[in-house]
Amino acid sequence: MTRHKPKIVWLQAITCNGNTHSLLSSNSSRFELFLNSFDLFYHPSLTTDTSLDDAINLENIDFLLIEGAITSSSDYFTISDNNILDLLIKLANKASYIISVGSCASFGGIHAKFDEDKSIKGVPDYLNNLELNNLKQKIINLTGCPVHPEWILQTLFTLKNNKIILLDDKQRPKEIYYGLAHHGCTRNEYFEWKVEAKSFGVKEGCLFYEQGCRGPMTHSNCNRVLWNDVNTKTRAGMPCIGCTEFDFPRENMLETKKNIGIPTQVPLGINKRAYLTITGVAKTFKIDRLNNKLINKEEYENS
Amino acid sequence: MSAKEVKKNSIIQNALKLFSTKGFYNTTIPDIAKSMQMSVGNMYNYFASKEELAKYAIKYSTNILAKQLRTINHMDISCKEKIFLFTREYLENVKDSPEVIEYFLRVYLSNREVFAQGCEGFLCVSEFVTEVMILLDEGAEKNELRQQEFFSAFSMVMGCLGGFAFLSGEKVLDKDLLEYSDSVAENIYRALKSDKT
Repeated sequence: MTRHKPKIVWLQAITCNGNTHSLLSSNSSRFELFLNSFDLFYHPSLTTDTSLDDAINLENIDFLLIEGAITSSSDYFTISDNNILDLLIKLANKASYIISVGSCASFGGIHAKFDEDKSIKGVPDYLNNLELNNLKQKIINLTGCPVHPEWILQTLFTLKNNKIILLDDKQRPKEIYYGLAHHGCTRNEYFEWKVEAKSFGVKEGCLFYEQGCRGPMTHSNCNRVLWNDVNTKTRAGMPCIGCTEFDFPRENMLETKKNIGIPTQVPLGINKRAYLTITGVAKTFKIDRLNNKLINKEEYENS
Repeated sequence: MSAKEVKKNSIIQNALKLFSTKGFYNTTIPDIAKSMQMSVGNMYNYFASKEELAKYAIKYSTNILAKQLRTINHMDISCKEKIFLFTREYLENVKDSPEVIEYFLRVYLSNREVFAQGCEGFLCVSEFVTEVMILLDEGAEKNELRQQEFFSAFSMVMGCLGGFAFLSGEKVLDKDLLEYSDSVAENIYRALKSDKT
């Protein structure tokens, strides 16, 4: 007996394919389980037996995943002369669940900054106001640039089994986005004692004070569900650039915006006065352990 | 505030006057007890040592300034107006309660060894430093002040005010202290203001 596998259609709009790359980088056993549990009916880069027309002709789509931003203008983007918004609406009307995969699909991302086409937006901007009769739950945004592959899989499996997933005020699954990228960061002790990283890519120091790290104000579980099961930007010495938030991408992302040496933004929900008092006190103490190199090159050279 | 805290504050107020006029080392616990009409033994129920009293006193005196600046920071006025208002209040403190500022200048800054353990850095003055940070941060955010390092801006404000308090303490000023208030504030503001304003 063949079990019903939920049908997935993956639509690519204005995108760099980064989320597809990310999906293909998922944990191999999880990806295998995904392929065994779902029917990936159409994906422009992965499926070979089906076309977009076949997807449009489907009666029902269990999961419609969209990668990339949407425009109502045919002057700037079409697929085989089809307006992408028209295609989206056709598919959305058949979908039980709609998932925006990545920041471009969720909020428009970098494409929404294109001055010549002001109609470039995220999927919810176009679909939230439409009456989609088959839809079982509000459109789900999986933000991130790219999205973490496990977030796609976790969301699909949760919906497959639970039918519903709790969302935050940005329509993101709470289970994934309730915490901050800061949580689980291996540099937290440096953050607490206000010890700055001297440059990118070093093991020591916190990236919040100079390098623009957005970990303390960005919702994601990057430092709890690791990338490629091994690492994250901040652990590797690259600041979190806040790619899961609606204002991504921002300008000058690799530097901390300051007023007279004071960070303009402090960790989410923390009173600025309280933050400044505590950090002022923390900086009073110089802790040798946190100011020393963790591993000295000379130790290798002398060994 | 408990009765004990009220008494502690009263001791601090007396100690500030003695410390700021006689100096830290020339002031003894018996001197302070005498000014309070308390027994020396009873004094130790409130402060374990003269050093501990000195640390409480610096927190007490800078928190007076912190509270004043916090009230000003909450006002819906320009940064320039805040600087003018704070300068006036600071100089009024110098005039009306000289021991508060004198203690800072003549004891806290001059006897660092007393404050080395437990009062180093910003530990005992953090509330006030935070308010200066808020003042500068908001001024720069509104583009009234130009961007620069915090400590250079901080020392501009406090160096200027502290210097004037010193002149007042030395009794070399030929006019009433408050007559200088607006020109001191103008100097601070001009030194910090954005080139575009």
